[in-house]
Amino acid sequence: MPLSYTIAVIAIPLLMFLFLGLVGVKMEKKLTGILGCIGMLVTTVLAYGVALTYFFGADQGQMTDGVRQAVTVFNPDWLSFSKTLVVRMGIMLDPIAAMMLIVITTVSMMVHLYSLGYMCDHHGHAEKGFQRYYAFLALFTFSMLGLVVATNLFQIFIFFEMVGVSSYLLIGFYYESPAAIHASKKAFIVTRLADLFFLVGILILSFYTNTFDFFGSEVNGIAGMLDNPQASLAQAGTASFMGCSAMAWALTFIFIGGAGKSAMYPLHIWLPDAMEGPTPVSALIHAATMVVAGVYLVARLFPLYVIEQGAMDIICVVGAFTAFYAAAIACVQSDIKRALAFSTISQIAFMMTSLAVSSAGGELIQIHGGYGLGYMASMFHLFTHAMFKALLFLCAGAIIHAVHSNENDQMHGLHKYMPITSFAFLIGCLAIAGIPPFAGFWSKDEILVAAYQKGIGWGIWMSMVAGMTAFYMFRIYFLIFHWKEHKVHTEHAPADQPWTMTLPLIILAAISVVAGFVPAAKLVTWDGAPLHTQLNWTVACTSVLIACVGIGLAYKMYYKENPLPQRLADRYRGLWTAAYKRFYMDELYQFITHKVIFQGICKPIAKFDRAIIDGFFNMLAEVTNTVSFGIRKLQSGSIQAYVYVYFFGALLIAAVTALFVIF
Amino acid sequence: MNGGLTMNLTLLLYLIPSLIMFGCGVYGFMTRKNMIAIMISLELMLNSIDINFVLFNRYLFPDQMEGMFFTLFAIAIAAAETALALAIIINVFRIAKDVDINKINKLKF
Amino acid sequence: MESLGNIIMFFVIVLSIIVFSVLTVTTRRLLRSATYLLFVLFATAALYFKMDYPFLGAVQIAVYAGGIVVLFVFSILLTQHPDDDAESLSKPRKWLGIVAALAGVALSAAALFGYAKFCGRLVPAMDDVTMEKLGRFLLSTEKWGYLLPFEAVSVLLLACIIGGVVIARRR
Repeated sequence: MPLSYTIAVIAIPLLMFLFLGLVGVKMEKKLTGILGCIGMLVTTVLAYGVALTYFFGADQGQMTDGVRQAVTVFNPDWLSFSKTLVVRMGIMLDPIAAMMLIVITTVSMMVHLYSLGYMCDHHGHAEKGFQRYYAFLALFTFSMLGLVVATNLFQIFIFFEMVGVSSYLLIGFYYESPAAIHASKKAFIVTRLADLFFLVGILILSFYTNTFDFFGSEVNGIAGMLDNPQASLAQAGTASFMGCSAMAWALTFIFIGGAGKSAMYPLHIWLPDAMEGPTPVSALIHAATMVVAGVYLVARLFPLYVIEQGAMDIICVVGAFTAFYAAAIACVQSDIKRALAFSTISQIAFMMTSLAVSSAGGELIQIHGGYGLGYMASMFHLFTHAMFKALLFLCAGAIIHAVHSNENDQMHGLHKYMPITSFAFLIGCLAIAGIPPFAGFWSKDEILVAAYQKGIGWGIWMSMVAGMTAFYMFRIYFLIFHWKEHKVHTEHAPADQPWTMTLPLIILAAISVVAGFVPAAKLVTWDGAPLHTQLNWTVACTSVLIACVGIGLAYKMYYKENPLPQRLADRYRGLWTAAYKRFYMDELYQFITHKVIFQGICKPIAKFDRAIIDGFFNMLAEVTNTVSFGIRKLQSGSIQAYVYVYFFGALLIAAVTALFVIF
Repeated sequence: MNGGLTMNLTLLLYLIPSLIMFGCGVYGFMTRKNMIAIMISLELMLNSIDINFVLFNRYLFPDQMEGMFFTLFAIAIAAAETALALAIIINVFRIAKDVDINKINKLKF
Repeated sequence: MESLGNIIMFFVIVLSIIVFSVLTVTTRRLLRSATYLLFVLFATAALYFKMDYPFLGAVQIAVYAGGIVVLFVFSILLTQHPDDDAESLSKPRKWLGIVAALAGVALSAAALFGYAKFCGRLVPAMDDVTMEKLGRFLLSTEKWGYLLPFEAVSVLLLACIIGGVVIARRR
């Protein structure tokens, strides 16, 4: 399949969005959903074709001496700032882009199918706004696909914003619920704030490298910023600001943009609230695809980051801390979707950390010698995580759909009622916990190896977080499906959902089982050259052991109803509450924004604006008004009054003239 | 002359009635409320100006005809103006049922 | 020195102009007001005849007395109830009018008497303004010719006719 078919992969969701958005309202609700699914199916098939062609197919310029090259399918000029600085809109395929095509289309396809069932009530009637929902899904898919195949930073930025918008629209899908509105606004504002930094970073970077492009295109004869990263850095390295080179600043800013989208601490606050959206949306956007956009961004600029060690250290610290922080919170959350959201944050932080530790040694030559492992592991984990996290979220959606609640205490003991869902959820949990042979084990193992390579401390830290991951995931699992007998409190007993919802679960569960055997090391490496890895038995055994300990602990505490969790919670009341309240980050933000910024800065400015600036203009208006009303009487409209004035005026002039002439 | 009545009919003597006519026109224009009465006052004023033209022509520039022509045209234009003004007044009357200048103020403000 | 006939003529004309002018603006019946205006216009026409402008006098009678006054009478009859008395004037309004008129008259009179040099002139001898001469001037494009104003007035009258039709038409 020619690689240029990628254009169709992107165009179909766009057309679908336009079609469903414009004429969907006029159509039968179910029909729009089916149309959306068919469109997505075509997209998925094409995307698989393109990606598989890129990886395994006949050579179309992607292989040179056994090294995969980035292939720019096409790259027309879009906006010319100067002769050299041109914004282009194009399509580029490289290993991570091709991999992301698969990830996005797979999850999106599953979610499209799943939503057919999920967005209906128990009698099979489609919900209000069904067409809108599918239109937005298509919009999101388009934006995300456009993002991953972008040829330059500016295009990435544009699609970054577009995924932000579609995320905003979908979180606020239930726009009648105030919580959804607040959540959508929160998500938009936080990511927007981060994107501001991203933009600044882009501007600095492009100012010094004089290009937005990642790779130069042979057609245009231009050079990109990643063609020769050291040259790019050398250009920016000369300028420095506050002790760091311009490049370090640029890359840090870009990372902040990515951190906003990927919910890194302290910009993570929007993600748990984003769970107000429909659950399939959470699965697609806030677990599998959009939130990894930040990771993808850093991976995209990896050759630059790898040289700029300062920025890399920041990522490393932020990632490692976020992984722990989010895992700690996930251990006590009672809302199933929020717990999964914090799990997502933690896992994304894993990927970030993995990218960051990948630069250990700092010298390019060493990266060639095997230090690109972290990069590969990160991308691999991105792939597997997308699959099993989407699976977990879709399972959660099925459970919520069955019991009409997000809270753990409304669930309990569902295993008997929903065996398929339970089984799928278990596979997801095993995968994320890192139990072989499930997908998560392989990718997480690589990450841990990379972390140990960076330093033993990093390795231990990440292993601990991995253990926590196993614990909190199985805590959720046991609380939902076991713990105690389920009390049926709705009119229907909870049961496995219709096939449209179950089939995606089964497919994703199957992928989660086998995805670990994808030879990622051969395919997805930062420079395209295959990486020779082997299982590090020490790390693997330890991590499996730790995961088992975590699972065992969860089993002991949560499998059967017992007072142990409550006792522990009571004993460490402060810690428990703090974790439950997400360590008061939201309150801190509230304090900073409301008390400090709004009260302390904005209020006085607003007061000044209202009193002085507005007051001045109000005064002008007031004076004009008063005077006008005063002199309005002069314009009486009575001709005779005018004649008086005119006549006496004429007389006056005549008299004055007469005085001069006669006397 | 033989009757002992000696009087020179100077320009001044002729201008005085014209002046009074104009004064009457001003008075009427300012005080009357009926629009037709106002038009009549206007005619008075116009007429006094016509007289002035004629007089000045006759007394000061007897061998020219400017004043006379001006009067001629003024009469023509005055006729046109009056006809139109009366048409408007009648139309206003049709709509407002009144020709009182103080009551025709619907378009005010 | 003037002939007695001239003087009597003068007084008749002047007095009728003054008296009827004053009556025109002081009577409270609108129809009477129009009638007095007619007399004023006749007197004016007489003045023109006396000034040796027979054509002008004829035009004055034909257009003003014959045309405009008739229009006035028609309008008055159309808009006025036959026997409703005209408005009674409010005091301040009346006095303001009188003051304005008197002030104007006084100022002009002062100016007139100040220019006694011109105003003391007697009527000079003059050729008759024959119709032929008048017609030539009116349609001439030479110096002192009045063709352009003549045509302009014709256009004005046309516009006036159209305007009158448009305005007076019942919509």
